[in-house]
This record gives sequence, structure tokens and C-alpha cells, in this order.
Amino acid sequence: MDKDAGSMERIFNYGAGAIVTKSIGLNPREGYPNPTVVELEFGILNAMGLPNPSIEKFGDEIKKLKKFNIPIIGSIFGSNSKEFTELAKKMETFGVTAIELNMSCPHAKGYGLEIGSDPKLVKEITYNVKESTSIPVFVKISPNLPSVTEIAKSAESGNADGIVAINTVKAMKIDLDLKIPVLSNKVGGYSGKAIKPIGVRCVYEISQNVDIPVIGVGGITTGEDALEYIMAGASAIQIGSGIYYRGLDIFKKICDELEIWMKDHGHKNLSELIGVAHI
Amino acid sequence: MNYPSVTKITETTKENSDVKTLFFEYPKKIIPGQFFMIWIPGIDEIPMSASYFNSSIKAITFKRIGDATKALFELKKGDKIGVRGPYGNGFKVNGTRILFVGGGTGIATIAPSVKEAISKNISSTVILGVKNKNELFFENRIKKYGADVHISTDDGSKGHKGFATDLAKKLLEEKKFNSVLTCGPEIMMKKLLEISDGIHFQASLERYMKCGFGICGQCCVDKGLRVCVEGPVFDGITLKNIEDFGIFKRDATGRKVRF
Repeated sequence: MDKDAGSMERIFNYGAGAIVTKSIGLNPREGYPNPTVVELEFGILNAMGLPNPSIEKFGDEIKKLKKFNIPIIGSIFGSNSKEFTELAKKMETFGVTAIELNMSCPHAKGYGLEIGSDPKLVKEITYNVKESTSIPVFVKISPNLPSVTEIAKSAESGNADGIVAINTVKAMKIDLDLKIPVLSNKVGGYSGKAIKPIGVRCVYEISQNVDIPVIGVGGITTGEDALEYIMAGASAIQIGSGIYYRGLDIFKKICDELEIWMKDHGHKNLSELIGVAHI
Repeated sequence: MNYPSVTKITETTKENSDVKTLFFEYPKKIIPGQFFMIWIPGIDEIPMSASYFNSSIKAITFKRIGDATKALFELKKGDKIGVRGPYGNGFKVNGTRILFVGGGTGIATIAPSVKEAISKNISSTVILGVKNKNELFFENRIKKYGADVHISTDDGSKGHKGFATDLAKKLLEEKKFNSVLTCGPEIMMKKLLEISDGIHFQASLERYMKCGFGICGQCCVDKGLRVCVEGPVFDGITLKNIEDFGIFKRDATGRKVRF
């Protein structure tokens, strides 16, 4: 629900504070053939293949949203510093509030995780994007790394304004009847409830080691899930698969649940809970 | 769960030179106008509405056009496909006198709703619109249900010569209908909406789809209406507010393309 202006407006009206767009590249991409998404017992497996209409065309969607004053975080993917910089500049021109660098898609050749697992490249790209834009830049990182901390630190040393953790977990599902992987791309990214403990661990490790804010994402479907991420050190959270589990109004539901929990436990301000699990 | 069940094709019927029906075992409940995601292993997975169903057997009817439908066309009894769903809202088949308009392969989608209407003793008039008589299918089947069937062909090779919408206009002037149900080319459905002013209207839309369960956003129209969840059937009031209706759809990249 992050591909076009109408959908993003609908999500915003359900209580989201900001919307992260679909990851956008320089050229149109069709993505992989279907099956690209399936539901598994404890989560959702997808390999879309970064489909997008190109940054030029996507500008139309963002411009439409600007009319409604909806804070937009423009997600971009490129294969090198030059591409990321060009995309970021365009996003800024379109009027986005912030930029998210997708350095973590686990299933697209030459993009995402292939860039985001190289600490030097992460620093260089982040630095160049920061130098060429004047809006906040977040780096979305992968859990499929030997050390999430190392990559988060690279992003911080490239002057990132925040870390987003985590992207999907690299995964596969094999169909027993057909004896083949169900996704056309074979490998995909796993999201939803199953990956929450992985995300919480990553946010905990990252927030311990960087001084910039961390945005938590991965398997959040309830206010209590959000609180776990916040206690692990997240200053904000993102929702994706949760829309499937709880409906489009999940944003409002989570906000209500957070409020009730805080009232019940005598907390006035959510910020006093950020990172409290670090002892 | 939104995961394909692998099932065997139990029977195939060739409806005309390019249109085929595949029957398969799939014992889930479904209503007319709902659809499945059909997985053709190694090729693609595409949305297809049910063209026949009973409690255990379901069917899809399609024309060979792209890679997926060409591959489906070659499948034989005993071959395996993956099926998930049914998805979407389906048609609301009620009223006393319904005009059904099926254009091209849209005929496959409306056929089960004609059957339901007749079983509810609803007077049913059906227009089957195709380019020429060789593209026609389901005529006898729908007649057997007991519907008043009218044919229109663009080239006049059978029935009314011209567009299905011209024939619809004539019938709407002659008889009082309290409901119009349609599936076919979107340009046809848009025109039909214009001439069905004041009559309850339902049209089934087709969009490129991926998840089928409302999460990916690929098939959204207007203000985030998901064709796979809130559709594929939309009523006239909703359709009048969908700016792109009959004009644009989105391709796999998300770019808008004209019909």
C-alpha cells in the first residue's frame, strides 16, 4: 500500500504519522514474475524484485500527496553512490520530508543487501547523499549480516540521521507437492510476526552502539510489540505486514494500545521508555 | 492461509479456438464474481475469476493471450496447478430484473452470477458481446439456465451488429431493469455505467495483481481501493469516483497505461 498517492493517503487517514514509499530507482522495473508473495504459518514471504515506475514517474505520486501535508519518507535504491545521490536529489525536489536508503533488500542482484553488506560502501553512499541533500537521511539495514552494529556505525559515520532496522530476513519456502521453491525468484524476504525477536535484537544492538535515532521495524502488530522495540531503543516504528494481520486501521489500533498500556503502567511520555531495556 | 494448494486438473473443455475451461478440485466455498490466484508452476501466478463451481469442483475459463494463459491452455487432465483464494467481494445477485453484460472473456465471470440469479427466480437478460461469432462461448450454457440471451458482434457475424453497449442501450429503453451486472473491457463498462443512470450497477474490474490479499498495493485504484479486497466488483457510485475507471490501469512497474 505504498505505491501510489491514493493508497498512501488512505493509510495516512488510518492514523500513520508518516509514510515510507515503495523503494524507487532510476529506471522502471517490472520486478519478478509471480508468485511474488505468499503467506506462511508465522509470517509473509516476498520477492517483489524492486518493481517501480522510475523516479521521474513517481514524482507525480508524491506531488499529489504534498497537497494533503502528509509526511513522506522517500525510499530509494541504487547500485552505487552516483545513483543514490541522483535519486535522493530528485526525492528532495519532489518535496519528501526525509529519505530512506534501501541498503537491505535481500533478493535483488546488484542492489540492497549487496550494497548494504559493505561497510565502506554504506559510509560512502550515505556521506554523498547527505552532502547533496538537506533533508534527514535514514539508512535501512538488513538483519542478514554478521554484524548489524558495524553497518549501522558505517551509516552513522557517513552522517546518517537515523538507522532503520530491520529489512526482511532472507528466506525460502519449498512446495512439497511440486518440489520447487514457491517464489519465482526462489529466495525472498520473510516479514511478519516471526521476525520480531530478530528485529528487537538488532535494534537493541544498534542503539547501544550509535548516537543517532533508530527506527524499529519487523513483525510489529500490536502496541506491546511496538513497546518492545521502543524499550530496545527505537524512537519510532514502521509497519508493513501488520496491515495484513490487523487491517488498514492497525496504525490507530497500535496508538490506542500504546496509550492504554502507558496509562496502566503510569507512564506519561513514550520517550521515557526509549532504550530502557539497556541495563 | 494465502498459500497455493496444488491440485490436479480433472477436466478440460475447449470453448472455441482460443478459449478453454479448466476444471479442478478445490472444495472451498465461493460466490459469483470472486477469483482465485492461479499458479502455473515455473511461469506465473495470475488472478482468474471462477467460471463454474460446485462444492468440490471449480473452473476457470480464459483466452490464450499472454505467457500465463498460453501455458494454461496447454495443460491437460492430470496436470498440476496451484490455487489460492477465493478472493474479493463478488457480485451481489439480487433484485427482480437484472441485465447482465459480458464482454469477451468477461462472459466467464458473469456466467455463475446468471446461474445464481435464475436460481433465485430473478428475471435475467444477458448480453454476450464479442468481436465476431468465432469468439463466442457459453451461449448454450447460459440459455440452458433459462436466461434471455442476446448476442452482439462488432462485425455483425451473429446477432446485433455493433457494440454490446448499443444493444444494452436499446434493451434498457425497452424494459425496466433494476440492476446491471457487467464484466468485460473497461471502456465498455464505463460506457455502460453512463447509460445505466439510476439503475443499481456492478462491474468487475481487472488489475495486475501480486498478493491477492490486500497487502502489496499493486492493484489499488482511486484512494487506495484494493481491487483484490474491496473489489473486484464495485458499484456505480464508487466507480463514478474512480478517476481512472475506463481510462488507465497500472502496469507491473506501477506506471499508468491507457486502456
